[in-house]
Amino acid sequence: MTRKKRRLLIFLACGIGLASATALVLSAFNDNLVFFVSPSDLAKTASAKTAGREVRLGGLVERGTVEKSSAGLAGVRFSVTDGSASVPVEFKGILPDLFREGQGVVILGHQQPDGVFHASEVLAKHDETYMPKEVADALKKSGRWNPADGPPPPASTWTQSAKQTR
Amino acid sequence: MATPSSAEHRRPARTLHRFANPGQFLRLSGKITPWLFWIGGLVTVGSLTWGLFFAPDDWQQGDTVRIMYVHVPFAWLASAGYFSLAVCSFSSLIWRHPLADLAAVEIGPVGAGFTAVCLATGSLWGKPTWGAWWVWDARLTSVFVLLLLYLGHIALVRAFDDPTRGYRAGAILALVGVINLPIIKFSVEWWNTLHQPASIGLTGAPTIAASMLWPLLGSAIGFTLLFAAITITRTQAAVMEQRIRSLLMAKASSMSGEESVS
Repeated sequence: MTRKKRRLLIFLACGIGLASATALVLSAFNDNLVFFVSPSDLAKTASAKTAGREVRLGGLVERGTVEKSSAGLAGVRFSVTDGSASVPVEFKGILPDLFREGQGVVILGHQQPDGVFHASEVLAKHDETYMPKEVADALKKSGRWNPADGPPPPASTWTQSAKQTR
Repeated sequence: MATPSSAEHRRPARTLHRFANPGQFLRLSGKITPWLFWIGGLVTVGSLTWGLFFAPDDWQQGDTVRIMYVHVPFAWLASAGYFSLAVCSFSSLIWRHPLADLAAVEIGPVGAGFTAVCLATGSLWGKPTWGAWWVWDARLTSVFVLLLLYLGHIALVRAFDDPTRGYRAGAILALVGVINLPIIKFSVEWWNTLHQPASIGLTGAPTIAASMLWPLLGSAIGFTLLFAAITITRTQAAVMEQRIRSLLMAKASSMSGEESVS
């Protein structure tokens, strides 16, 4: 065996060892690597142990649930949903510009015993879709997408509706 | 042919080993780097002008989306640059390429700079869209680890009195760090992150309008050519520096030899 071949074998052995070790570590710490939990996860883990503990909750702002309170400071109530479960949220503070019904949000806070999630920070999570205003307007006008319902239809279908309205 | 080494006499220029000859590298790179700089510069300026002034606004982000035309190419190049660093380190460890050692040393600072710009532009983009300059989600954290790997490599290859030991140590660090590249790429799919998943993939249609996709691809090509031009020029300088150093060493040792004789 030449020295080059030996070095290559050592390299491969180290690579396989390192890759499997990393895979094991990452899968073991999977729960800690997620940035937020979904409303269904929150409902599942809700117990005396987790009550009052600070967590990040992520989901879509549910359609028709946003209420801005006129009394007092800039307070807002809305629900966050992942389709199967929904959590009511209370927040006092400045919302990000992208906040709207149907938008993804990540909220830092804790759940009260009455089930209401008290938020101390609201971040907007936008999806991977980028489109000009005209395309969005065309999709809305043709009735194929309502931003309040969630993410837009796949990009391959945009051009048809853009052409239809032009 | 410039002075071919004795090894090449025994086994004449085969496959890629031909380009590992520093003399050959200098002649070839001297020809292509001006082209890389000019084409890369023109494509970058053209695409950025297109992206920053003529491409449409995003329907919900407005003008803020234009940060993409810088952020995304730099993010791609941060990872691609690290991959090229790893390829150099691999050939350095397995085949003991002298040119790969020099190239790895020169890629490090450029890659670190690109990663830093990627993080800075991402932060500037995050504040108006997400509402936070920085969050410790899996994507942002893994790219930050990439920057630390680059910085660690820069420090390690220069930490030894004997440069060869620095090259070996740096190559091992670079190859261990490769495990971070798939983590960066798939972090947005494996875990919940604030960062959105990729809009452009090898499979499936991109989820970005064509009027924004073309300037983005253009600036990615432009910045890639510039990245290549910068690293190749740096490697040229390193080769010449090494030649000068060995000439001076030879001269100094012959002089000191004369002195000891007289």
